[in-house]
Amino acid sequence: MTELNIQPILPEIFIAVMACVILVVDLYIKQSGRGISYVLTLVALFGGAYLCWHDISAEPVIALNGMFVDDVFSDVLKIIICLLALLVFVYSREYIKARDFFSGEYFVLGLFGVVGMMVMTSANHFLALYLGLELLSLCLYTMVAFQRDSVVATEAAMKYFVLGALASAMLLYGMSIVYGLTGTLDIETVRESIREQATADNITLILGLVFILVSLAFKIGAVPFHMWIPDVYHGAPTSSTLFVSTAPKLAGFAIIMRLLVGGLEDLHFMWRDMVVVLAVLSIALGNLIAIAQTNLKRMLAYSAISHMGFMLLGVLAGTANGYSAGFFYSIVYAFMGLGGFGMVILLSRADYEADELDDLKGLNQRNPWYAFLLLLLMFSMAGVPPTIGFFAKLAVIQAVIEVGLTWLAVVAVLMAVVGAFYYLRVVKLMYFDPPAGEVRAIEAPADFRFLMSVNAVAMVLLLPVIGPIQDLCNEAISSVVTAF
Amino acid sequence: MIPLTHYLILGAILFSISMVGIFLNRKNVVILLMAIELLLLAVNVNFVAFSHYLQDTAGQVFVFFILTVAAAESAIGLAILIVLFRNRRSINVEDLDALKG
Repeated sequence: MTELNIQPILPEIFIAVMACVILVVDLYIKQSGRGISYVLTLVALFGGAYLCWHDISAEPVIALNGMFVDDVFSDVLKIIICLLALLVFVYSREYIKARDFFSGEYFVLGLFGVVGMMVMTSANHFLALYLGLELLSLCLYTMVAFQRDSVVATEAAMKYFVLGALASAMLLYGMSIVYGLTGTLDIETVRESIREQATADNITLILGLVFILVSLAFKIGAVPFHMWIPDVYHGAPTSSTLFVSTAPKLAGFAIIMRLLVGGLEDLHFMWRDMVVVLAVLSIALGNLIAIAQTNLKRMLAYSAISHMGFMLLGVLAGTANGYSAGFFYSIVYAFMGLGGFGMVILLSRADYEADELDDLKGLNQRNPWYAFLLLLLMFSMAGVPPTIGFFAKLAVIQAVIEVGLTWLAVVAVLMAVVGAFYYLRVVKLMYFDPPAGEVRAIEAPADFRFLMSVNAVAMVLLLPVIGPIQDLCNEAISSVVTAF
Repeated sequence: MIPLTHYLILGAILFSISMVGIFLNRKNVVILLMAIELLLLAVNVNFVAFSHYLQDTAGQVFVFFILTVAAAESAIGLAILIVLFRNRRSINVEDLDALKG
């Protein structure tokens, strides 16, 4: 047990305090001055990222009596999570203004969600992990339901709530079994205890492992536990979809690393085959069903499922290289998803949602630059070579080949080709089809246009620095794998 | 002295009942919320039983946190239910079909 040390959790404390400040300040300002809350939110997220960057630690520091660990992995993830949330709020500003929920509560929920994710990435104890997860989930349910007069949004929120609560309960049930077997809730001690009793015929341990794995699959949305993803992504207001589909994926990866790899790595021989099933089903079903979609948000939702399958390929390899590839993949995916749903927001108007594939018809004639940006994002999601998405796929596929699962790599590549069909269909609609209906100018604030362009162009321009980014991932992963 | 296995079986039965409640219930969303509460209580039984068996208080502390979170969770669940009812005038599970999922 270490002494109480609050230095490592300063970023979380800062963001939580800022969220409370915004909640109070928001009471005293009129609707016209709501921009103050917005600016304070951006300051909070930027400050949180800065504090993480400022105190990036080479050695893992364990704080709060073993509840909390601060290592390179968590610092890198927290910085990315804060930046993603910041971009999400910039992207969705005009969208939520037009739909009348440009309010302090929306920002506060987002900030508390970010705190939840940061606690998850740093959890070193089942209790911290559970509380972080619930803090995030409760904020997400509410953000999905924020458009109170929308039938689909409330229905999506209800489905998300029921399935999310079910997944949390399964996680707890699995944790209670592991607790009973090991007598501790501390992930480090659990690992030592599991090492002694990890045999293939320990049924109780397998039971606990299955419950934990199922709940993790629910949280990241891997097939067959993906039912909520298309409904929530489709039904929620696009600003909330943008939030749900980006940073929480990284937090999901973080809890996989903390629980499966940090706590239960000695059971790798048991969970590898289960994760193989999850990954293959996610990649195959996600890509196949996406072809049948006519709604852009639903299509991107199924594409998210298949991307999570690719991320799991890296995890199931069970090597440091594999984890690092999975980490790299989830970061790249988070930014691709941000760009993809960001484009949906960009094309939406106050009175209509540009979320049907038909709305993209002839985008090149209306605005060649936005069409080009969406083209880059689609190529990157499909994994077409000069984009960063290709290198992300390459890394995970290399990782599974390294451990001798060549058939899995073949399946993944085949399904990636199938997936290319619907990404390229979007490109075809934009460039070769005439615009449907009346043509309206696309208006967006300058900061949104600028960041959106940077986001999409980064898919190609980041290529020269891809080596250093992967080194950073390696370093982050090695801090988790050797921390114990 | 009641042995540990009895408590674990009780927890497993409660957990199964609420799972069945979630997946077989086609009538009422309120029952879904009740089933979710029961799921968490089943977990609590497990934790308390293990905690007593292992003579380790950490499990009981965890239970307090689960109870608190469960209260917050049901508050949010009921709030979503009220908004849903306002929009659709129904809390029938089968009516939740605007999104084909």
